[in-house]
Amino acid sequence: MSYPSWSIEEATRVLSPLKNVQGPVLIALQAVQERFGYVHEDAVGLIAETFNVSRADVHGVLTYYHDLRTSPAPARSIQICVAEACQSVGSRELVTAVEKKLGKKIDETYADIEIKSAYCFGNCALGPSAMVDGELIGRASVEKVTA
Amino acid sequence: MSTVIYVPNDSAAISIGADQVAALIAQEAVKRSLDVTIIRNGTRGALWLETLVEVLTSQGRIAYGPVQPEDVSSLFDSDFLQGGAHKLSLGLTEEIAWFAGQDRVTYKRVGLIDPLSLKDYEAHGGLVGLRKAITQNGSEIVAEVTASGLRGRGGAGFPAGIKWKTVLDAPADQKYVCCNADEGDSGTFADRILIEADPFTLIEGMAIAAVAVGATQGFVYLRSEYPTAITRMRDAIAIAEKAGVLGSSVLGSKHAFNLEVRVGAGSYVCGEETAMLESLEGKRGVIRSKPPLPAIAGLFGKPTIINNVLTLASVPAVIADGAAAYAARGTGRSLGTQVFQLAGNIARGGVIETAFGITLETLVHTFGGGTLSGKPLRAVQIGGPLGAYFNSSHLGVSMDYESLAAAGGMLGHGGVVLFDDSVDLAQQAKFAMEFCALESCGKCTPCRLGSTRGAETIQKIISGVDVPANKLLLLDLCDVMTDGSLCAMGGLTPLPVKSAMNNFPEDFTGGAKK
Repeated sequence: MSYPSWSIEEATRVLSPLKNVQGPVLIALQAVQERFGYVHEDAVGLIAETFNVSRADVHGVLTYYHDLRTSPAPARSIQICVAEACQSVGSRELVTAVEKKLGKKIDETYADIEIKSAYCFGNCALGPSAMVDGELIGRASVEKVTA
Repeated sequence: MSTVIYVPNDSAAISIGADQVAALIAQEAVKRSLDVTIIRNGTRGALWLETLVEVLTSQGRIAYGPVQPEDVSSLFDSDFLQGGAHKLSLGLTEEIAWFAGQDRVTYKRVGLIDPLSLKDYEAHGGLVGLRKAITQNGSEIVAEVTASGLRGRGGAGFPAGIKWKTVLDAPADQKYVCCNADEGDSGTFADRILIEADPFTLIEGMAIAAVAVGATQGFVYLRSEYPTAITRMRDAIAIAEKAGVLGSSVLGSKHAFNLEVRVGAGSYVCGEETAMLESLEGKRGVIRSKPPLPAIAGLFGKPTIINNVLTLASVPAVIADGAAAYAARGTGRSLGTQVFQLAGNIARGGVIETAFGITLETLVHTFGGGTLSGKPLRAVQIGGPLGAYFNSSHLGVSMDYESLAAAGGMLGHGGVVLFDDSVDLAQQAKFAMEFCALESCGKCTPCRLGSTRGAETIQKIISGVDVPANKLLLLDLCDVMTDGSLCAMGGLTPLPVKSAMNNFPEDFTGGAKK
């Protein structure tokens, strides 16, 4: 997925429909991330000013949630579920095999790809599960995940 | 005449190829000049049979599964459009033992209908409850829900009617109904399937709750890991608004009710109701102390009904068919049905709705068929990451709130995860602590710091360092977490840890492998 580069004007446009939302900070951050693929540092001040909350409040929310990111995402994304139901059908072994095949470590960031631990996609009867570039994969194998 | 074929559009089914199967059926039909109508229904819940293709015949729906993309051409060769014999033929769907043994109430329409067809929904008994509710006053509806014995399906098991009565009796200019669809427990997916397969049931349940207590605004807090459910829910709300089920006049009544989906941002603890409220208010998902109860001062400080998806989705049936019909099912103080989810290392995984009181043995073996790997079953975790690990001596336990508590566990959201004999319970216990460390909101010290110390201590036990002393220390830490944490995150993380130690002591002997 490709995103436009950060611009304060575009971000202002993204935020303007949210003016009347009650409790807007998380929604505002999600909207910025949806538009630009991440939350640029200048978005913090913009959101604080737009909704009349402190920068500390916005920063607090931004750093609390796993989904929110402060740098652009690599082009490719692999998330492997490592929660209990997937562990029972070999997600630990899957992670090791994917790391070996790609020569990369889980939960570390690379320029071209991101391999992350995930905690449940609700596909627990067809595990191990993975999400590859936004697509849910059941009965995941090294081949399916790295295809 | 066009032949109707059902191919699920559930995200689990799609994860193993349902979209390809649907596309290939359409292509093959064109190639063979056959007139077919493909309906993308929700899953029937037998995820082990996905992709489950059904053909509507004069006898009823005939099932084929699990269908792989490469099977499609041979299905046509076998004349499956007339219900022809094929190696994947399962006969009439209703007669498959796995379905026939269930008692579907909350899941009555799941998998039967096109999820976004309001016409299908009404043809299968939808909106009967809401139509009845708008003719009743709030106390009548609340009394019905109370009499049904319906309890919170999110995990705590609190009686829904009592919660609703508190909100009904709280004077306020604004009240809310919030649906907790932050289904973060590993091994659970019943909320997701309900929303993807039959979203109008949830809308109807929430509307009944709103009409009962005088709430005019509702929110569905849905986790970001469920993109298909988010889209489906939003589409269903738009359709319901257009049809006048939601909006300024619910089904032409004096009641207004608007509904909005708010998407989570990857925080497990936001499934705890007060953390969810904070998140709905756009803040960090840090839990609140209670009191005040959310029923008195909840979202934006106003009286708020918070219920899980399955609780609210059970309400239409309770109102439509009456409290007595619902309460006739179940056992003791666990009345009605529970939507169990069979997951993990299981041969026949999926959703089993049945009255409370079924044994774990029946769920795991009769329905589940044992482990997927074929190796001996060693452990079963019930109730998600905060639930207990049981060994095979517990298979006789009755699946209801009280019996599971008496056995040292909890029902939670009804997830049942199987592990074969390759599992190492010390590793599972360590994972429970690590998950708590990762997801703790940080408010309570025993949870925030204790979880990290707990994982370290279990690692010491695994490595054989001073094992008896570290086991004692771990048990002491578990007590501090249980007693010193405000919510279930820190309070119940000791449950998987201690149950693993109690039920599988041989895994905690420090290096000496079994």
